[in-house]
Amino acid sequence: METFAFYFFAVLITALFLVTVLSQNILYAMTSLAAGMVLISGLFFLLGADFLGVVQLIVYVGAVMALYAFAMMFFDATGSIKERHSHPALVFLLGGLSAVLMVVIFAAPQIGQHVEALYPAAAGANNPQAVGLVLFTKYLVPFEVAAVMLLVAMIAGIILAGKKMERSLSKINDSELEQNGGKDEQ
Amino acid sequence: MDGYIIGTIIKAVLVLAIISALAGFGTYIERKVLAFMQRRLGPMHVGPYGLLQILADGIKLFTKEDFIPSGANRLIFMIAPAITAMTAFIALAAVPLLPEFTLFGVTVRPIIADINVGILFVLGMMAAGLYGPLLAGLAQNNKWGLLGAARTAVQFLSYEVVTGLSILAPIMIVGSLSLIDFNNYQAGGIGEWLIWKQPLAFVLFLIAGFAETNRTPFDLLEHEAEVVSGYATEYSGMRWGMFFIGEYANMITIGFLASLIFLGGFNPWGFIPGGLAIILKVSFFFFLMLWVRASWPHIRPDQLMWLCWKVLMPLAVINVTLTGLVMMF
Repeated sequence: METFAFYFFAVLITALFLVTVLSQNILYAMTSLAAGMVLISGLFFLLGADFLGVVQLIVYVGAVMALYAFAMMFFDATGSIKERHSHPALVFLLGGLSAVLMVVIFAAPQIGQHVEALYPAAAGANNPQAVGLVLFTKYLVPFEVAAVMLLVAMIAGIILAGKKMERSLSKINDSELEQNGGKDEQ
Repeated sequence: MDGYIIGTIIKAVLVLAIISALAGFGTYIERKVLAFMQRRLGPMHVGPYGLLQILADGIKLFTKEDFIPSGANRLIFMIAPAITAMTAFIALAAVPLLPEFTLFGVTVRPIIADINVGILFVLGMMAAGLYGPLLAGLAQNNKWGLLGAARTAVQFLSYEVVTGLSILAPIMIVGSLSLIDFNNYQAGGIGEWLIWKQPLAFVLFLIAGFAETNRTPFDLLEHEAEVVSGYATEYSGMRWGMFFIGEYANMITIGFLASLIFLGGFNPWGFIPGGLAIILKVSFFFFLMLWVRASWPHIRPDQLMWLCWKVLMPLAVINVTLTGLVMMF
């Protein structure tokens, strides 16, 4: 049953991500990417990592992909895009090589059966607790560094977007607009 | 194992059938309640007290021409309503609907998938529901639809933050993400309800719930006066109906979540047995949504964002911090 579910999810995820890469239409690409993200959480559920599966749903599907979608408002989503490839053979070679390398890196320890958990899950802790224990002991410094990085990114985002923030468009009087004659006031 | 699979399938089919039927019935209730509050009669002509109006509406929806505008992305246009309906029902899978009961000698647990991160799963699935309106708006080649889609992304993304943060404080108190644990925590009667410990979180969750289910005063996605019908402008027939089944299923889910997390869930309430108690609570929340719709006007998009980021989110953060301090000392 589990094997069947794994191959079912694996085939679907690969197919959907292939659509993402090969499709000419950005709407198809985005939809299949989002659907693939949903199905990846299925793999987490199969492994018994309920918490990570749900986090995958919330973070990637609910937030990251939705932001991509929001950026898509600025394109014509119904048309298709023509991509220009200057060196298709080179791209194919490099892409294929790096893909093979990734497969070797991840498959080698499993074939050699030398996979050991560096920090095995604490006995008796349930799923979110196990994640929390590792996150706040072994990986505390990377966790905090990531938090600081996000804070920096947030402040930078606010500063970039914050020009003229104190000037609310909905509070301008009509007379003021008419005086400017539709031109910017500077 | 086989019995478990068959039982799960039966439960899933039952939930699907009952909630879809309730969604249809919900439109009738909504029209009647709104009519009552505005001193009208509402649907009266079809059947006694207009009860067969649901049937008439159903026939209309099923037989209406399924129209796909030219220039639209056909595939995405067709699957978008299904996404809304599906995510709404998948979210219900992790919600314990009723207390355990025994039927023909078998103990039935009315929850389809008892995962130990139930709350997060429901919230995540409802968050994934934003792709329905979003893709519908992008695919239909209509500027009102595009505006509706933009508003979907803005509104759902913003209010997800408030829902998550407001629910964090009760999660800290209970110390579990399972909705059944929440229910058992409040087993001691009305004094044990989490609403007394977390009144602010309750109000924040309810407001954000209104926004996430696209109810007035936050129904900017399909605000008739501004964007015709928003993301649903080009939809007709049963595809349009699926958006509404999804919306009503989400309303019911939010009702269940609010009752389970804050109002004691399906524990017996005085002389009222647990199963009836939770149905009464969910009905109250459903009524509350209609009541608010009849009482408040729509708000502007900038007011919506102001409310979310300058009022609700800081309050939620303060609530979480205070709860943490109180629990520590």
